[in-house]
Amino acid sequence: MNNNDIVLRVEDIHKSFGDNEVLRGVSFDVRRGETKVFIGPSGTGKSTLLRCINQLTPPDRGRVWLDGEEVTNSGARINYFRQKIGMVFQNFFLFDHLTAVKNVELALLKVRGMGKAEAREKALTELRQVGMEDWADHYPAELSGGQAQRVSIARALAMDPDVILFDEPTSALDPELTREVLEVMKKLARNGMTMLVVTHEMGFACSVANEVLFMENGVVAEQGSPDLLLHDPRFTRMKDFIGRIDSRMDD
Amino acid sequence: MDILPILIDWLPYLLSGIASTLGLVLAALGLGVLLGLPMALGQVYGARPVRWVVGIYVWFFRGLPILVLLFLFWFGIFPALGLGELSAFIVGAVVLGLRGAAYQSQIFRGAIQSVGEGQMIAARSLGMSRLTAIRSVILPQAMRIALPGWSNEYPNILTDSAVCYAIGVVELLTITSRMVTQTHITMPIYLAAAGIFIVLNYGGLKLLHRLEKRIAIPGFGTGAM
Repeated sequence: MNNNDIVLRVEDIHKSFGDNEVLRGVSFDVRRGETKVFIGPSGTGKSTLLRCINQLTPPDRGRVWLDGEEVTNSGARINYFRQKIGMVFQNFFLFDHLTAVKNVELALLKVRGMGKAEAREKALTELRQVGMEDWADHYPAELSGGQAQRVSIARALAMDPDVILFDEPTSALDPELTREVLEVMKKLARNGMTMLVVTHEMGFACSVANEVLFMENGVVAEQGSPDLLLHDPRFTRMKDFIGRIDSRMDD
Repeated sequence: MDILPILIDWLPYLLSGIASTLGLVLAALGLGVLLGLPMALGQVYGARPVRWVVGIYVWFFRGLPILVLLFLFWFGIFPALGLGELSAFIVGAVVLGLRGAAYQSQIFRGAIQSVGEGQMIAARSLGMSRLTAIRSVILPQAMRIALPGWSNEYPNILTDSAVCYAIGVVELLTITSRMVTQTHITMPIYLAAAGIFIVLNYGGLKLLHRLEKRIAIPGFGTGAM
């Protein structure tokens, strides 16, 4: 593997909240165009890990590199790195006072310093990518959860990120709406977007992920291709976990 | 005895009194926003010393009767600062404004804090600085949330403004009192003053409510959908 392919390097990330050590040394490399899926029981630090990558939660120890540049301890340059590391949240966090298109425009205007016409055009292009151009002038409160999440994906895409972090993007959605968001994410993956996805959607993990990382107690307990983790007899913990969520869903 | 001819005779003075009262109110509201908003930002986002100073300020101005504040500034603080030459109108407007800022800062603070924390997180995740996020995301929402509560400051300041009579500001109450002294007609004139205050009060509120509706965003805050 060519080392230049590595777009994101995460090195020995540790994070505690008080006495609770949420992350105990997580490392991995992400190649350009790759989709990595993180699964595991809640409270094992998956969301914290994503936030440690773009420094929304600064890690206690460890380093993050984007394209060979250190993201950790980067001071004010963090605002540059955050443009390059998009993030999509479980609860969308669309700007409630702005229409869909203005949600996408805002950072283009205020962070990238783009002109109004150019920003509008780019925002509409991104909305088209996620099938939301017809809803451009609607406010977040007028959108379904699935639509809101697609707008938030467009908002992240607008910054032309090198990688997008998805923090349980469908956990707040019912199955119907989950499907429309996953379709958009699959399309992004096919188009070569680099993505880190925390999710419980095993179907998505199996069909899209290049690698699945099973996290437990603040470390990556098992990792490999979806096929390997599901079928190789040496990997047991993730299968146990999936068995547990499946049986819960049957209840 | 007919009150109407007297009111008409005095109309120019009454109008100047109304103008003076509204001037006090607008100046005080403006000063209140100008000071109250930065104070609120300081209280929410500022370092500990900033929060502490704002806290003392609010504690002081909310703790004293308006008339006591007015006398303190008119007879004491402004002269001590070498500003003894300031007109009663300016002193009245400034004191109403300083006091209004204390109340308004708490309205703005509550509004800023009620903006969901995800809004800031999302803004920062896109590479916005904290300042940009506050300006472009937090404040536009907070101001809309604050508006209904802030609107209530208008009748508060309007009714408070009548105490400026005590330091000799020639506002509505001062004018009507002069009318009473000169005409020896008491109740009808004060009733007329009361009527004018009521009209200014609810008329102004109506305008503010119209503004609330104008800037309301579908499904957002307390604005009408």
